[in-house]
This record gives sequence, C-alpha cells and structure tokens, in this order.
Amino acid sequence: MQQTGLSPDFTFLERVEAAGPFHATECFQCRKCTNGCPASFAMDLFPDQVIRLALLGQKQEVLSSQTIWVCAACETCSTRCPNGVRIAELMDHLKEMAVKEGVPSPQPQVLALHQSFLENVRLTGRVFEGALLPVFLLRSGQMRSKIEKGTWRDEARLGWKLLRKKRLSLLPTVIKGRGEISAILRPSK
Amino acid sequence: MKVTYYPGCSLEGTARDYADSIHAVCSSFGIELEEVPDWNCCGATAAHSINHKAGVELPVRNLKLAATVANSEMLVPCPLCFNRLKTAVWQLGGESSTRFQAEVGSRAPRIWDLANYFAGEEMLRKMEAAVTKPLEKLKVVCYYGCMASRPPEITGAADHENPQSLDLIVKALGATSLAWPYKTDCCGASLMISRPDMGYRLVGKLYDMALRVGAEAVVVSCQMCQSNLDMYQDKIEAEMGRRFSLPIIYFTELIGLACGVPGAEGWLSRHFTDPLPLLRRTGIAY
Repeated sequence: MQQTGLSPDFTFLERVEAAGPFHATECFQCRKCTNGCPASFAMDLFPDQVIRLALLGQKQEVLSSQTIWVCAACETCSTRCPNGVRIAELMDHLKEMAVKEGVPSPQPQVLALHQSFLENVRLTGRVFEGALLPVFLLRSGQMRSKIEKGTWRDEARLGWKLLRKKRLSLLPTVIKGRGEISAILRPSK
Repeated sequence: MKVTYYPGCSLEGTARDYADSIHAVCSSFGIELEEVPDWNCCGATAAHSINHKAGVELPVRNLKLAATVANSEMLVPCPLCFNRLKTAVWQLGGESSTRFQAEVGSRAPRIWDLANYFAGEEMLRKMEAAVTKPLEKLKVVCYYGCMASRPPEITGAADHENPQSLDLIVKALGATSLAWPYKTDCCGASLMISRPDMGYRLVGKLYDMALRVGAEAVVVSCQMCQSNLDMYQDKIEAEMGRRFSLPIIYFTELIGLACGVPGAEGWLSRHFTDPLPLLRRTGIAY
C-alpha cells in the first residue's frame, strides 16, 4: 500500500460520540449544512468537511480548524440535517476537546470572550456587562493594540453612551447562591 | 394573573429598555410577573461552547428554583435563555422523565418564549381590543433570529423556518409586517464582539434585505439581536459606505405604543438608532 502520510486516530470518533451522541456516522455528505451555514465564509473547513474528517480520524485537522471557533451556534445545520446529525453540538464538543487537550485556538479572541464570560459569571452568579468587555480586551491582548492605535476610544464611547442611556450598571448583582455557581464553573480553565 | 418570570442577565443591563417595556405592558394586561428567586446566568454561548457540563447545570439550577414558585407558566424574554432552559429540560430527558422528576420535581412551570406567549389567540384578542393608536402607517419586518426556533425538537417551535409570533402581534397592532427571507438568519451573536468583521457582514446583509423589501424598522424579541442591529449600526454604515437608519424595535415597545401604555417613548429613547423620527413621521409619536 502506498504511504499517505496520514495518521488517522481511529478512536477519535468513538470518543467524540461517547460525549454525544452526535450521530456523525449518519452523514451522507449532502452538504445541506454547509449550504445553509451563515458563517461558512469565515471557515477553513466547511461543516460537512469537519464531519468527514472526524469520520476519517483526522483529529488534529479538526481540532485546530478555524471552523469550530467561527461557528455562530445558530443551529441551522442541526435543524436542517436530513439525517439528524447534531452538527452544531458537535462543533461545541470539538471546541471543548481542543481546550482540554491544549490545542491552541486559531481564533484566540473567540476563546478569550467565552473564558472572560464564564469567569465573570463564576464570581457573581450573573453576567456583569460592565466588566465583561474590559476583561475580554485585556485577556485577548487587544487592550494594548487599541491603546497604541487609539481605537480604545471607540469602546470607551460605546460604554459612555450605554451608561448615559442607563443601559449599563456600575455595580454587579451578586446572587445568594454564588457558591453553587462557582462550584459548577470550577473545572473550566 | 400571576406568572413566573426569568429575565436573564442582559435585561438588568444593556436591555433595560426591553425589561421596562415588558413590565409596563404586562402590568397593563393584568399579568403579574413573579421573578425566579435568586436566579443565575444560563451560561449562554460561552458555557455550551467550552463547558458542556456547566451549560446544563447552570440552567438546571434555574429550573429547580422556578419549581419552587407556585405558577404553572414561566415567561422568558431572552431567546438564548429560553433555548438554554429548554435544552436543559431536553438533556434531563424531558419533563416526564424520572431524572427530571427527581432533579427538578413535578411543579416545574411551562417555559414560554415571551413573543410566543403574546401571540397566543387570547392575548392577541386582548391586544386588538386594547389598541388606542393603531400603527397603520408603519411598515416593518419581523426578525426572529435563531434561538426561539432552533432546533425545533428542543424549542417546540411550530414553524421554525417561517415563525409567525411577531408577525401576528404586529398585525394585531395595525402595522404592516412585510414578507422577507431573513426572518431566522443569524446576527452573529457574540461574534459581534470577538469577530466584529463577521458580525458586520451578517448584520449588513439583514439591513440590506430589510430595506429592499421596503421596511422602515425591524421588530425583534431578542435583546442580542437588538443590540447587534442597533448599537453597531453607525459602525456598519461607515464600513459599508451607506446609510440604513433602521430603528430596531422590541415588540413589547410596539405594544406599548399602540395600546397607550405609559413610558413607551422613554424606552425608545434608549436606543442608539433613534426611532422617534420614524414614529413621528408615521403619526405614532409626537
């Protein structure tokens, strides 16, 4: 047999499906998911290709793809799939797997926003919008470039406008069950 | 009538205009809102993206708390919260499963997407009867977004590709709701912050189509859609080199305007894309 250079991980799909099931093996490549996907313009792999590569045990390609991170989770693919493949839910699981296995996200801002959000919820039990954007900008490393370029003023203006229109609280609401929430969110990294 | 109410985090912050309009409109229709005690964040996109377990456990805590309130129905204005609560029910095996009964109990209320609740036949009739200022000259498109509809086996949406709730409400208030193909297309949600280029493109497409079918405003029920379409409109206009000037109005604000609920102009003044010129032009506001 000719050497292909591919190193399929034949246990990959099994492990993925154990967290689902996502029914990836039901896919017959009709591409309805890809054709209806509003975010496909920003993807390096189309949703049907993610499924196909997962079936072929191409773990690294899938976990390091842009696609899993730019998926908007709009659920159009899962809804329209004629075979009941839970594509959007599979994308979520692949993101979580990538984070757990230390595969760097090619969309660090997307990951940074999710992490900043959960950290925010862990502290008080509810999202405190007043801290979310500044923490995200710090965490994603955008604060520095924004200060250098002067574009921080856009964010500051937005915050000021929200404040003036009484659409931003200055203090977070801390719930009584905060301890329960931080226990639920403890293992996230 | 008393119902349980799960507002969700944004309704305490950037969507306070929505929250205020809901409280005022519900009270004018004799609906008393009883907030879920000590409710927490549903986890939103962040939790289901990178922490599946939390994405279920956070809403399950809310379901348990909701079951301690003695009402048979719970209204949820935020479609993402609605979706996460319904997903949690689904993950537990459905309301009648032994797991759900053991974890949440038998007194869990029915979970309603707020727009669907208002689009029920009885509510529509009450609304029609309460209209004091029909919105006859107003032409809008109804924009539903993703989460109240999809996936239908979780949301229970009757027509997920062509939902009707907002259209029925808008018509009951006397306005014209125009047909358009992007009712349930995605606004990009949190990508507006982490990938603004993607958000701008997705939302720009919506504005373009809304104008092409002749709409003067977009009616929404989702505060995420509202903020993405409203707060960034000037930036997207600059990016695309054209003016849209499309007010993005909550359906509850329209109910308030048409039924003379006090406060409507105050809620609308909090929007970024000013709806007042349009409302004056169409004789709805002074």
